[in-house]
Amino acid sequence: MVSLDLLLNALAAGLLLGGFYAAVSLGISMAFGLLDIVNIAHPVFVILGSYAAYIMNARFGFDPILTGVLFTPVFYVLGVVLYRIYYASFERKGAESLRGLVFFFGVLFIVEVSLLLAFGVDYRMVEARYIGESIHIGPVGLAYRLLVPFVVGVMLTGALYWFLARTFYGRAVQAVAQDAFALRLMGANPFKVKSIAFGLAIATAALAGALLIMIGPVEPALNREYIGRVFAVAVLGGMGSISGTLVAALLLGVAESLTATFSGPSWSVAVSFAVLLLALAVRPAGLFGR
Amino acid sequence: MSGRAFAVAAVVVIAGGLLVAGLGLNQYYYFAAYVVLQYVVLATAWNILGGYTGYVNFGTPAFFALGAYTAVVLIKWLKAPLLAQLVAGAVVAGLLGLAIGYLTLRLRGVFFSIATLALTVVLQTMFVNWEYTGGARGISLARPATAPFYGSYVQFVFAVMVILAVLAVATAWCIERSWIGRGFAAIRDNEEAAECMGVPTLRLKLLATTVSGMLMGLAGAPFPFYITFVEPASVFDLNYAVNSLAMPMIGGTTTWVGPVIGAVLLGSAQQIATVTISSELNLLLVGVILVAFVILAPEGIVGLVRRLSRRDPA
Repeated sequence: MVSLDLLLNALAAGLLLGGFYAAVSLGISMAFGLLDIVNIAHPVFVILGSYAAYIMNARFGFDPILTGVLFTPVFYVLGVVLYRIYYASFERKGAESLRGLVFFFGVLFIVEVSLLLAFGVDYRMVEARYIGESIHIGPVGLAYRLLVPFVVGVMLTGALYWFLARTFYGRAVQAVAQDAFALRLMGANPFKVKSIAFGLAIATAALAGALLIMIGPVEPALNREYIGRVFAVAVLGGMGSISGTLVAALLLGVAESLTATFSGPSWSVAVSFAVLLLALAVRPAGLFGR
Repeated sequence: MSGRAFAVAAVVVIAGGLLVAGLGLNQYYYFAAYVVLQYVVLATAWNILGGYTGYVNFGTPAFFALGAYTAVVLIKWLKAPLLAQLVAGAVVAGLLGLAIGYLTLRLRGVFFSIATLALTVVLQTMFVNWEYTGGARGISLARPATAPFYGSYVQFVFAVMVILAVLAVATAWCIERSWIGRGFAAIRDNEEAAECMGVPTLRLKLLATTVSGMLMGLAGAPFPFYITFVEPASVFDLNYAVNSLAMPMIGGTTTWVGPVIGAVLLGSAQQIATVTISSELNLLLVGVILVAFVILAPEGIVGLVRRLSRRDPA
């Protein structure tokens, strides 16, 4: 017999988790969905963001969210540099897809092992006054460690949506996704637009990483679980649609939370990959495909 | 290399391997050489799909682990001998290969690669939750009390791996020399054009994924008796995916020699680095070398040698 309270709590936790998944997946939706760059290393940059939050918290007592915001420019530069290497080595030669994928796979491995060398396999976490607390609405308890990431994740989604739809550069990014050649005819430089967009995609990882370590302890190999999640969300959301990303992330969060509550948490990792396989096999255009 | 020369080389390598296995050297050498040979099999298997047809597979751990776990089930259930484990491991992993072959109908390029990665995590979750094979804690297995032919069991599995490595390379060699290899290359260069020219692309892709999967399962099947302990975290290790992809990339993906060169170089370097430096640092090295090669020398060592010999015809 399924109790109603348990179901409601699982649903609420799933929705909150989904808001956080949106934050993690936005970078992939932009890089993979809009720019056609298969940045399989995105989750490892999220982990890098978590470690930045951990260091600033352990050394100076910084709030993780504050660290996340402070580190976005650093990650932006990192993204721009990474895109320049990628462009010079692969995109310019028209050999991007498969060798580019192998390149990012190598980058993933290098960052992960570097973190492993620097911090070991121990789980790391952050401390903040609000992390252990929660509020109750009727029978449903909302933990702050999930509620704050949800709110920040939704805000980040909104900000990115506004950027892409309303600003000059945002529209340029959408244009380069549609037709880079036409953009060039209009006198704009696709390389410049793409490096800004990719920089932003990586910059979201700084904030997403801070949210990740707030939700639970982090270790370097954790990124592998998120590879499935972010690609599942990006594909299901319709490759580059920001509002689609949010809806897909919420769906995945609820599906995982229900699975964890009713079949055990060890199964919840497989949910995202099953969703991904299913989406790829049945509807590769996603729910909100262009 | 002509057919006769290749056959002679294969026989020499097998005879040499069996002889070395009988020498009774320090057991550590057999342990280390086994790992290098296992990588020869994995890299060659990966290359049959990834190098020849251009479908990048991130799911090597899934096939490897399926071979290993098939052997675990056979040992626990029937106390089956190693030969039966090898055959069963190859068959089960081959069936998985056939299944992902059908995936290529809908998924091209990067989507295929991501799907293989997804498959690995799904399979790992299943084995973590399967109590019969020990779940997440893993399972300890007892080897037979005496090893056939040799003084110790490690020497015996080393000899087996020598034969498997030659078998894998010979398979790749045969494919490369036949119309099948040319069909694979046509798929790699342009799948639509190949289909239009009458190349049976689906059948060839199914063949590639099945053979590649079988060989990976074959590499995994002796693993339980080699190490006597199997757990999901160790057989589903992402290192297998990175190594089996990095080795052909470094050696060169278009010929059978490439993966062998890559596996021997990188595999031995890792074995030495694990002992002398640390196991994490040697993984970092693999990542850096992989990225360096994919940027600077995409044709691998074989391509580099070819380019140099063309420039300098002396």
